[in-house]
Amino acid sequence: MIKVQGLTKRYARKVAVDNISFEVEKGQIVGFLGPNGAGKTTTMRVLTCFLPPTSGTASVAGFDVLEQPIEVKRRIGYLPETPPLYPEMEVHEYLEFVGRIKGVASQDLPRRLNEVSEKCAIADVRKMLIGKLSKGYRQRVGLAQAIIHNPDVLVLDEPTAGLDPHQIIETRDLIKGLAGEHTIILSTHILPEVEQTCERVIIIAKGKLVAMDTVANLTSRLRGAETVAVEVMPREGQVDPALVQKKLEQVAGVSRVLPREHRDGKLLFTVESLEGRHIRPGLARAVVEAGWNLNELHAVGLSLEEIFLQLTAAPEEIKAEHAAAEAVAAEPLGETK
Amino acid sequence: MNTLTIARKELNSYFRSPIAYGVMAFFALIAGYFFYVAVVFFVRRGVESSMMGQSMPMDMNDFVIRPLFSNVSVIGLFLIPMITMRLFAEEKRSGTIELLVTSPLRDLEIILGKWLAALILYAAMLGISALSLAVLFAYGQPDWKPILVGYLGLLLLGGALLAIGTFISTCTKNQIVAGVAGFAICLLLWVLDWASSFGTTVTDKVISYLSVLQHFDSFSKGVLDSKDVLFYLSVIFVGLFLTARSLESLRWRA
Repeated sequence: MIKVQGLTKRYARKVAVDNISFEVEKGQIVGFLGPNGAGKTTTMRVLTCFLPPTSGTASVAGFDVLEQPIEVKRRIGYLPETPPLYPEMEVHEYLEFVGRIKGVASQDLPRRLNEVSEKCAIADVRKMLIGKLSKGYRQRVGLAQAIIHNPDVLVLDEPTAGLDPHQIIETRDLIKGLAGEHTIILSTHILPEVEQTCERVIIIAKGKLVAMDTVANLTSRLRGAETVAVEVMPREGQVDPALVQKKLEQVAGVSRVLPREHRDGKLLFTVESLEGRHIRPGLARAVVEAGWNLNELHAVGLSLEEIFLQLTAAPEEIKAEHAAAEAVAAEPLGETK
Repeated sequence: MNTLTIARKELNSYFRSPIAYGVMAFFALIAGYFFYVAVVFFVRRGVESSMMGQSMPMDMNDFVIRPLFSNVSVIGLFLIPMITMRLFAEEKRSGTIELLVTSPLRDLEIILGKWLAALILYAAMLGISALSLAVLFAYGQPDWKPILVGYLGLLLLGGALLAIGTFISTCTKNQIVAGVAGFAICLLLWVLDWASSFGTTVTDKVISYLSVLQHFDSFSKGVLDSKDVLFYLSVIFVGLFLTARSLESLRWRA
């Protein structure tokens, strides 16, 4: 549905988007994740024909954004970061206006207005001035505006920014409800949002694509090697930390053991496993068999936050990861789920 | 069709904000005052001529309508920046320009729609002065054809200045800046009109030709001169063309 190839957008002094390629299949929700200023909005603006790309191509539903912008615009619903609302208009009046300029036929307009107001739960404010609406309602009117012409593709730029937690949940549910009929790209810098709403994630930082995968794959790929925290205490007296370390290293599947702090006779270690090995049962057995107390044993999971930081902070170190991401990118997105 | 949708939305905004009412009220006040002065002058002249026992040429068109048209043209010069300043500046500031530009509309439809709305507001404003003229028809028999030509001239002059104002409004996010810049340019055009009346060199002639008000003289006399019509049409074209280029450059720079 969406195809972006080698997209680059250069402003006078800086490169906002640097050689990004990705594809999105029909009916998917894709999260566009990155720190502020990473190039999310710029990419979205290229897709919506607001900005022309410096080089590379982007197409929506088979139409190129440079060559057939009108056809692309007909098929895209766009909610910019600040919803484009006219405060002096009433809600239904505004939606009618947007419907008209988006090319909804006059005889379909009343029906579309009703459907959209119901879907976005704004039927009760139809007669209100937009300027008097709360932030949450404005956001919903913004969404209603984006789907009024029943577009194939929805582009939502930070749809939950500035909302309170309750409204965020409502908006997310609304977006999830829209999936299926529409292909959705939403940008955010909030990670849990991606975990909760999206099927696939595209992570960009400093204008470059750093990773692209399903949420589950991305987490497990980076979590492939298990990290376990172990706290050991001898039954009585002291025990040589080096001895404990040696014992732990002997457990099958362990790649390395890092001593942490030792206090009050408690010895703390961080143990890393080899790729795809479960080492916790083995560790427990080893400690108990050696006659020590096992105070604590837990997996130190890499949260999506940490993955994100890892990926966005030092792109050089994860070149290998990047290559893997590109390999994934080469496959059609729908099948890798 | 899209053009009309945009124009309707623009007119809606005009009449929901104080702008339309402010502009029209101000116009009614000033134009009404000038009309009053012209009529009083005309009446006094009439009384004087009858007292002196000799009949002087007394033509309503010459003594009331023609000065009224010249005055209205100058008032328009000062009110037009207020009409055009928000057209694009406001959309740029609030981000709604993104909605317009990402809708399946051609730039020309957006620009024409906005310009048309401004022209309709301007025409409505001129309508107030028509009320004054209606009074003349109630008490005398002015010739109506020069009046039509005069109004056509005012519309052309207004259209030209509105096109320039629309262009200025695309250059900034700030309504006030757009308003002040538009005002400065209108003022300059007014001053050009004075300056051009003194000299006879080629430069003066060029400046005189560029003076927007100069071309209105024939209309206020009731003369429909194709040269002047063409001048205004070209200014409208250039103004809207610049607007289109400016709107386009907005995307390339963004």
